[in-house]
Amino acid sequence: MREIKILAIVIFFTAVTYWGVEPYAHSQMHPHVAPADFSFKDMPSIALNGNIDNGKTLVEANCMACHSIKSLGFESPMSNDDAASAYGVVPPDLSHAGAIYDKNYLAGFLKDPVSATKLSHKFGDAKPYAMPSYSFLSEQEIADIVAYLKNIVATKPTDKMVFEEACGRCHSMKYDGFKAQTPSTFMKNYLGAEAPDLSMMIRSKKAEYLTIFINEPLKMVEGIAMPRVGLTAASQEQVIAYMEHVGDRKKAEREDLGLKLIGFMAIFTLIAYAWKVRIWKEVA
Amino acid sequence: MAEIRKSEGFIDWLDQRLAVKAFMRVMMTEYWIPKNINFLWAMGVVLVVLFGVLLVTGLLLLMYYKPDINLAFDSVNYTIMQEVEYGWLWRHMHGVAASATFLIIYIHLFTGIYYGSYKKGREMIWITGMVLFIAFSAEAFSGYMLPWGQMSYWAAQVITNLFSGIPVIGDAVVIWIRGDYVVADATLTRFFMLHVVLLPLVIVLVIAVHFYSLRFPHVNNEYSEELDFEKEAEKYLDGRKKESKVVPFWPVFLSKDFFVVGFFMTFFFFLCCYHFDFAMDPINFEPANSMKTPAHIYPEWYFLWNYEVLRGFFFDIAGIAAMDIGLIAFVIANMVFFVLPFLDRNPMNTAPAHKRPLFKYWFWILVADMIVLTVYGKLPPTGVNAWVGFFAAILFLGLFIALPFITKKEAKGDVQ
Amino acid sequence: MAQTRRDFIGMALGGITAVGGVYALGAMKKSWDPLPSVQSAGFVTVDVSSMNEAEVRTIQWRGKPVFILRKSADMPKNPARDITIGEKNFVVVIGLCTHLGCIPSWAPATKQFKCACHGGEFDASGINTFGPPPRPLDIPPFKVSGESLVLGEEGEEYKKMMKKA
Repeated sequence: MREIKILAIVIFFTAVTYWGVEPYAHSQMHPHVAPADFSFKDMPSIALNGNIDNGKTLVEANCMACHSIKSLGFESPMSNDDAASAYGVVPPDLSHAGAIYDKNYLAGFLKDPVSATKLSHKFGDAKPYAMPSYSFLSEQEIADIVAYLKNIVATKPTDKMVFEEACGRCHSMKYDGFKAQTPSTFMKNYLGAEAPDLSMMIRSKKAEYLTIFINEPLKMVEGIAMPRVGLTAASQEQVIAYMEHVGDRKKAEREDLGLKLIGFMAIFTLIAYAWKVRIWKEVA
Repeated sequence: MAEIRKSEGFIDWLDQRLAVKAFMRVMMTEYWIPKNINFLWAMGVVLVVLFGVLLVTGLLLLMYYKPDINLAFDSVNYTIMQEVEYGWLWRHMHGVAASATFLIIYIHLFTGIYYGSYKKGREMIWITGMVLFIAFSAEAFSGYMLPWGQMSYWAAQVITNLFSGIPVIGDAVVIWIRGDYVVADATLTRFFMLHVVLLPLVIVLVIAVHFYSLRFPHVNNEYSEELDFEKEAEKYLDGRKKESKVVPFWPVFLSKDFFVVGFFMTFFFFLCCYHFDFAMDPINFEPANSMKTPAHIYPEWYFLWNYEVLRGFFFDIAGIAAMDIGLIAFVIANMVFFVLPFLDRNPMNTAPAHKRPLFKYWFWILVADMIVLTVYGKLPPTGVNAWVGFFAAILFLGLFIALPFITKKEAKGDVQ
Repeated sequence: MAQTRRDFIGMALGGITAVGGVYALGAMKKSWDPLPSVQSAGFVTVDVSSMNEAEVRTIQWRGKPVFILRKSADMPKNPARDITIGEKNFVVVIGLCTHLGCIPSWAPATKQFKCACHGGEFDASGINTFGPPPRPLDIPPFKVSGESLVLGEEGEEYKKMMKKA
């Protein structure tokens, strides 16, 4: 029928335009990158079994000067503002570090924080990194520390807790009333750029991009100041889930109502068609 | 003075005072539309429905939107999208309806060109239609600024910069339009005024004139045949409905429109809830940052063909700067559609494109060219892309230069 | 016959349009509703333990002023309107004159709330004693929680008070 042919032509040209402007153009603007690598291949794996007790001693001696472990009642040795002005950034709380970061990453980080975080373009001899290197410790001692950190995780952290520990030092979440622990002026000095508020990031970048980006920021943005934080795949999912909770709270409602709206209009269309046929039968 | 008598019911009471029965006859039951039309003739009503959606959702958004550069982004993305009941729905509907409006405008516009509905007495319909296209473009541009995201800000910055191309007074004009040296709070508030009050009023008025301009030449038909509407109307009213070549606007023409609207709205709600990135670009979910231009910046899809003509000229020609050539080409590209009825040198003959030996090629080349311009307007303008854009822009201008010659040739072949 | 069949489908179309319209209007009505942030701000907790006798404090609740007076020994008690916490008697009233809504001022010398707009006067228990105000100052919903009051919540004492009135 002629009208079907006309509809087909209209749909064809619309589809071609859509394809060119959306999927094709976007693939040209954002060339395909390798998927996220949660094995952290560049970090050698620790094969040794860590000694938790020795780890406890080492952590208390080496880490507590800067880091808090709130789950065990160890508050920060200084206020956020003081820490920020002393180190450039607030050191993270370690309550769930053993669970949320990959263990190979943790080991590699302790030995060489700048390469683990892939920030050699920002920090080096000229500008020392806030976290010192613990390469003077033996492989066994490093394994002990990691084992201890894993051991102190009593309960699985909530999505929000993972975010606060892994991201909240630098990033604020305005729409959830959360302010970054490091004041933004210090951020600018420390990393050369302010860390953006993440409230709407889930909608401006979307989950697929964020999964690759958080896993390795430099893959997606050349020369970026954001460190690779070494989250496990599961913890990253928690962070993204939290971001969705803050930035796209109505997603479930939208997808549910969508079906009802489409259903309603479909029924309307059928009845409207029936009426049209009836009316036109008299005049055709 | 009308003779007032005791009324026989409510309708009669109104009729004696407001002539509602005559009004209904003129506007609805005896407004004659040709019978030989297809669903493309429903695009006008679809546009009215979309405009209604934009107006109502706009009113709801207006309840919570704050036109201040410090408050705008959060008022949209926090308050409206996440706090207000169904706020997300109105915002999604508003954004998708704006984009859909342009899709339907283009279909409507090309339908008009195809069937020759721009000439032979219908020039005012065409011209008021083009005025509406410009008004809707301004409305869309001003609306896009309001959420104050990265695209809002940078689109405003780039487009207002265009006016610096005006000789002598260009730079001063740009500052005057913005109300500041750069796009700033003053720019936001005045574009808010345009978007919420002035442009909608202009649009409503021009729609009224557009509808009025349809009455005398009457709606066109698939064969572009000239009908004797009075004779056909008489047949219909006589009861010889099947013989008549016309149908009344209500209920016959509208019954088909309702079906087309329903079909369209089903797809529309799918877009609103499941597939809206093309209308609500993710980049605009980043708050505006006057110190950082996004890596990829582009206008909304419906402006892309225009944008590509503007930037299609990327090298100087005969001593004129590339930017100036682009600007001139851009202005011509917009104005040329207005004068289409007068570029057609066969104004007294109208036929659908498939019946015109040369015009049919002209038409499909134009459609293809505009699609190429649209797609390349989005692609990064480097290497081969830049050349494709250049030739597509030249072709576009060339087509309109060629039109008078093509139509004159057709006129010689036509029997008057 | 053909007439009624067309009418049926036409009525069905009109009907489904009306149903859609009603739902749309319902959704629009909900968009007018006070926002969650507004509704949650409707509860304010006030700690009155540190108040001295004859002290009047003004706090804000749901955008309105609320007067809290801790009665001194020489102010007559009013069991129907006073809030008693231990040995202390408090007057808690919305600080808007019941005539036309101006905010009365507390005059400590005469132990009255006097409204400047049209001369209305209320005694230390908030009861209207002179001028155009038609009724005593309104008592907001409250709940006693230790030595604090939660304004906005209807506690037992509030419900009892309202029953007696």
